[in-house]
Amino acid sequence: MSDIDPSLQIHTDIWMEEAEPGDRFRTRAAFCRGYDVFGELVGRARWVEMLLLQFRDDLPAKPELDMLEALAVAIANPGPRDASVHAAMCAGVGGSTAAAALMAALAVGAGAAGGAREVFDAMVAWERCGPDFETWDPHPRAAQAQDIWPQRERAAGFDAHGLLGALPVRQLLQTLAHIAASPRVTWLEKHQAALEQRIGAPLALAGVAAAVFTDLGLGAAEGEMLYLLLRLPGAAAHALEQQTHGYRKFPFPPVELEEQT
Amino acid sequence: MNKPDFSRLLEENARRFRTTVGMCVPGSHAVFRGEDLHASLRGEDWVALYVYGITGRKLSTAQVRMIHAIWVCTSYPDGRLWNNRVGLLAAGARSTASLGISAALAVSEATAYGGGAGLRAIDFLQRCRARIEQEGATVADVVATELAQQRRIYGYGRPINSTDERIPWVMELARELGLDGGAFVRLAFEVEKVLVHVNPALKMNYAALHAALIADMGLSAREYQLLRIPTFLAGMPPCFVEGAQQPAGAMFPTPCNAINYHGRPGRRWLREDGDAAKEK
Repeated sequence: MSDIDPSLQIHTDIWMEEAEPGDRFRTRAAFCRGYDVFGELVGRARWVEMLLLQFRDDLPAKPELDMLEALAVAIANPGPRDASVHAAMCAGVGGSTAAAALMAALAVGAGAAGGAREVFDAMVAWERCGPDFETWDPHPRAAQAQDIWPQRERAAGFDAHGLLGALPVRQLLQTLAHIAASPRVTWLEKHQAALEQRIGAPLALAGVAAAVFTDLGLGAAEGEMLYLLLRLPGAAAHALEQQTHGYRKFPFPPVELEEQT
Repeated sequence: MNKPDFSRLLEENARRFRTTVGMCVPGSHAVFRGEDLHASLRGEDWVALYVYGITGRKLSTAQVRMIHAIWVCTSYPDGRLWNNRVGLLAAGARSTASLGISAALAVSEATAYGGGAGLRAIDFLQRCRARIEQEGATVADVVATELAQQRRIYGYGRPINSTDERIPWVMELARELGLDGGAFVRLAFEVEKVLVHVNPALKMNYAALHAALIADMGLSAREYQLLRIPTFLAGMPPCFVEGAQQPAGAMFPTPCNAINYHGRPGRRWLREDGDAAKEK
């Protein structure tokens, strides 16, 4: 328990620090969920273990950790065609700061169409529907009150204009189901075609990520955060690459200015 | 949009960028919503231009003055405020001003205040007016429904002190400018009358008045979401400037014993064999 003014305390279940004797602003030891970070976790814990420890007291078994790591590999680089990476490259090519490149990727990659908000919405759908075809709604109803996020145009986790049974999604689902056999991922892998038929649109990577995060016991807000975090490596690398290439090699399309109606 | 139409759109947009809002022609001129930016708009007030960019409509001089005053009256250079604190912390960590302040602006799109609260406030007022006009509902009916369904009405009630010090100053100018009698401003005060009857602390706050004045200018909720982005901006640079004048790392320092930890007690890491961690 802290002995200083309660109005100036940070309350947390995640992190604790022991001060150096005589200097309460210098850390002697840091503990994450009770584990000594520098004394024990470093060199022993996997990155995905440390990642999940930020959100959970107790870690899942190895197959679930392997599943998260496989998903992290799948989404680490959305590729330069992706809008979030494109945004990061816009920062890179003009010589913006590193943080600006990642902020740009986060801002665009946060969106409800293929981004982290899509994962959030899909995880809410998983909580509501679960493995029951009839409850999956192809046409989300308009909310009564407006939200800062635009009204969803299609079922979360599905790509309105993609190809049914897209190969990368199929490959990812098969691999994940083989690794962990967790309930939602396994159900999705088995029923992908039938679910896509019901929704009238193909499953997207964001929908697979939502199933993984839900199987790991994460909430929608936690899944949204993880999806934002895990897609940043590619954005960072592509931003730096375009900075090296320079603006002459970066697309600047011809423009057609039309009359306003 | 069906799939073939969308595919056609992608093919077209992959070849060129089509726009109606404007473009620059380096070395020559720039077009802003159909007008020559330099020849026609160079003398515009910045806020007027900003609204024109969002809506394609030009507001009256009085309306533009009103927006200036609304924003001036909520430009609080208080570094404790959560959004301002981000700018201050950025300065203290010797980050750049642009990073600190743009992050502070992004943080301002919050649920409890700022962008989220503002959007919900204008949305409520517009839905409330629609129900009154289209269904013959009373303000009390709409308030009761909203409280039952949403549990709260954004724009009413405020922590610490329920009296909003900004409202009298802004309403004084609204009266001077003849903008105090719009349908949404009157509705916002009628809602307050109903709500304080339910709970005296539920007085109107700045989000409702800001939203009502803008709704009376004819902006939609989505236009208002864009318009209000710079609302707190002027209060942020003073915080950044002050943070930059302090020694690095000296802003909002948190001593180790200010972390009030109530999580799992100390335990050993025993996972090298892949088994679940066990407390020792």
